[in-house]
This record gives sequence, C-alpha cells and structure tokens, in this order.
Amino acid sequence: MSIEEKVEELISDFDLFEDWTDKYEYIISLGKELKGLEEKDKIEDNIVKGCQSKVWLVANLQEGKVRFNADSDAIISKGIIAMLIKILDNESPETIANYNFSFVDKIGLKEHLSPNRSNGLVGMMEKIKTFAQYYNQNK
Amino acid sequence: MDINSLRKEFPILFKKVNNKPLIYLDNGATSQKPQSVIDCLNEYYAAYNANIHRGVHYLSQFATSAYEDAREKIAKYINSPSSKQVIFTKGTTDGINLVANGFSRGILKEGDEVLISGMEHHSNIVPWQLACEYSGAKLKVIPIFDNGELDLEAYKNLLTDRVKIVSLTHVSNTLGTINPVKKIIELAHQKGIPVLIDGAQSVQHTKIDVQDLNADFYVFSGHKMFGPTGTGILFGKEEWLLKLPPYQGGGDMIKTVTFEKTTYNDLPHKFEAGTPHIAGGIALGKAIDFLNSLDFNWVYQHEKELLNYTQEEIKKIEGIKIVGEAKNKSSVVSFVHNQAHHYDIGTILDQMGIAIRTGHHCTEPLMQRMGVSGTARASFALYNTLEEAEVFVNALKKSLKMLM
Repeated sequence: MSIEEKVEELISDFDLFEDWTDKYEYIISLGKELKGLEEKDKIEDNIVKGCQSKVWLVANLQEGKVRFNADSDAIISKGIIAMLIKILDNESPETIANYNFSFVDKIGLKEHLSPNRSNGLVGMMEKIKTFAQYYNQNK
Repeated sequence: MDINSLRKEFPILFKKVNNKPLIYLDNGATSQKPQSVIDCLNEYYAAYNANIHRGVHYLSQFATSAYEDAREKIAKYINSPSSKQVIFTKGTTDGINLVANGFSRGILKEGDEVLISGMEHHSNIVPWQLACEYSGAKLKVIPIFDNGELDLEAYKNLLTDRVKIVSLTHVSNTLGTINPVKKIIELAHQKGIPVLIDGAQSVQHTKIDVQDLNADFYVFSGHKMFGPTGTGILFGKEEWLLKLPPYQGGGDMIKTVTFEKTTYNDLPHKFEAGTPHIAGGIALGKAIDFLNSLDFNWVYQHEKELLNYTQEEIKKIEGIKIVGEAKNKSSVVSFVHNQAHHYDIGTILDQMGIAIRTGHHCTEPLMQRMGVSGTARASFALYNTLEEAEVFVNALKKSLKMLM
C-alpha cells in the first residue's frame, strides 16, 4: 500500500466515527495494538520533545526501509504516534523525508487536540523526519 | 446564599465546551471573573484611561484615586494596619521574588539558612534558590508526612539561629493541605525569625487577617481571587518593607534622581517601579467587593461539601488513589490511577466539557516525595455545584472505562 492509500484508509476510518468517543476509542485501540518498547529503549535520547506525557520513538533501517517503534506512558499519546507509524512505517527514508504530513489536518486531528498535545504531535512528526533525513543522508 | 444567583455573576460558567456545558474544576490554576470585574476593566479603558501618580489633569487624578481606593479596599479586606503596606505586584510569584531578592542583598549571609517546606510551588522554591546562590545561604526543607501534612516536630528542630526567613505556603496547590500558619509563624517569632506566607491558594477560599496571623509578609495573586491576571499583592510589616532594598528601579519608585545618587520614594511606591497594571488594580478592588458580599461560613460549608462528596466517591473507584489526605484540607482533589495516565484522563474529561488540571502542578519535588510523576487535580470554587461534582465523578468513571 502506498502512503496515499494508507492515508485514505485512515481518513475513511475516521469518517465512520460519529462522535468524539469513537474517535478516541479508535486512537486508544491503536495505542494498545502498538508493540511498544523495552525498558532499555525508554531513554532520554529517544524522548519526543514537546509532549506532556513521556513518548519514546526509535527507528532502524531494514532492507532500505525505515521501521519505527514507539511507546508512551499515556495511552492516547501512544495511539497518536501509532497512527503516524501506521502511515509512515516501512517506507524509504527519502519518501518519509519528503512527506508533508497533510493527513494530520485531513482527519481533523489537530482540532481535537489541546495546544499542548498539538505541540507533542509536531514533536513526533519532527522526530520521525529527523530519523528519515539521517538515513537518507547516510545511505 | 443562593448558588444560582451567585453563578449568574460569572458569564463564563454558561459557556459550552466541546458541545457540553462547561464544568470548570481548575480553580487552583485560576478562578473565573464576575461581571463586575470584567466591566470594571472595560470601563477604565473606555472612560478614564490615564497614567497615575503623575498627572495634573482630570483623568490622571481620577485614575489615581480609583487605583488608590482599590489599595485601601484591599488593605481593609486583609486587615493591614495601613494601605502603604499593601504593594501591588504582578502576582504571587512576583511578590516572592521581590522579597527573596531583597533578602539576598544585605540580609542573607554565607552560612545563613532559608526554610521552606516540601510542598512548595516552584514559585516559592526557585526565588529562594536564586537568593541562596547570590548570598551563599542554604535552602532547608521542612519534610511532610505521607498524608500531605507538614511535620511540625521537624519544623521546630529546623528553626535554628541560622534561619533568617521561613517561607511557606498557606494552602498546598497540589494536595490542598491547609497549613497551621498561625502556629508556624508564632514558633518562628519565638526565635526572632520572620515568615513569608504564600497565600495564592487561600485567598479564594477564606478571609485573611494578616494581623491575626502576624505574618511578616503575605503574598497572593489577584487572578486566583476572582480578579484580573497580572495583579497581585505583597503585604509586609512596615519595618521589613523599610529594611528591604528596592527591587526594580524606574519611574514612580524614586524621590529624586541625579546621576550621582538617587533617593527612593516612600512606601508603597518604593516597590512599584514603572506604570503598573492600573486597570487590573482597580478591577481587583471590584473582586474585593465581590468577596465582601460573600458569607464565608457558607463558602466554607459549601466547598467542604463538594470536597467530601468528590473525595468519597472517587475513593470508591477501583485503582484510584487520592494524593494528599490532610485532615485540614481545601477543596482540592488530586488523584492518580494505577493504570490510566492523568494526562489521558484530563483529555477525555475535556471532551466532556470538564476542565481539570493534570501534570506536576509546578511542584516537582513534591511529586517525587509522593512517589508520582503527576496527578489529575480537580479544584473547586464557591460557584461549583454538587451536580457538577456528580457529573465529574460519572465522567471520570466513563473515561477510565475508555482508557482501560
């Protein structure tokens, strides 16, 4: 599936939800599905800046594709980063580095987040990009 | 008192948030404002905006009188012996910085000690750390018990000759603990040690009498007592206010200025450099009018009812632990859940129109002491209703169900 297709799928998932409860329940379920990190990876270097709860993100390159994993002590934060990972996992560094994250606006996520959480979302996107740019430059 | 007519004075309480009627339980962070305070701010700018203390013209004199009338009103409200001991500040933080900074220049010496408690807000920690850094004094901390009460025996032992000031919160913003400040002040005075009381969390709930408490300094914020943000008061005993050096230099705080030597203005102006928040100060006077209209026995009973109900109901929920269970407690309920993160709880409650605070509440050392990274905190004010508390408890149960 291309990024666009994955985004379309996510948007149509969100369109099904009639109220905020369903939307949050979906985000929470994504958070629960995400594997998460071992304790040894929950270190300062992996922390996403701007989040009120603790969020850790790690990446590695496998066969030319960036694989992400993340964790958080708060389930909604974990769900949000799981959503970003759902879209961008297993893509080439170049694709991710050039991706503009417009789907975040399309699913109306930002409006549903407090300004503090929005900062966290920006922090997540930046960290994802930083990893991708690093792998892109060190190909 | 009739709670419904009381609520009508606060327009924001009728707002909808996320399509639900707002239930505002973040009063520890800031209180809402009655219409009289809001109107007063508007009226100042619409009808008599002028700079104060320096104008010969009508508007300036009108504004000066209004500002000084507000000072009088506040002085009377807290039972200050005079209005010149009532210094306008930006807020509690500003007031503590003023005193701590003054103490660091000439009063605190190397080897001296400053005594604070383990439940202080960062605003009553960091200014003293700075003062200690400048002066070579040491910061000492009165320990607290697991239930959030101050260890008074430890306090007595810490009151040595080296202590030059005790700076303590009246009510803990995180735990709600009401400290026995009158007794604490008395014990310090027996050793000739002055005491600053941080009244940020007390002024909204109770009437303060600075002479009865015998506080050397009492600081508080306007915005937590139904007044505007950016306003606050430092009350000080005259001898101390005379002893402390000026905090900031500028207009209003001087008597005469030459390049060789400047002499300082009398109290209270010595500590009020620059054009102040004039509208805010006057509107704070309106907040005092509002407070004066209250029956504080009713406020006490009402807030106690809200506290007891909420605390008892929340305790029944599996996995929840109340943080801070002092016997004498203000209407604050801080709690953690053994699985759900406080930040998630706050997010879901917000979707239901309920405003609570989550996080460390600017009390990181206290969080460490209580063994938590943060809490969810519901803090009630006199305009909150029992129905709102019920909705909150049910919404909390619902949010936990979602998060589990």
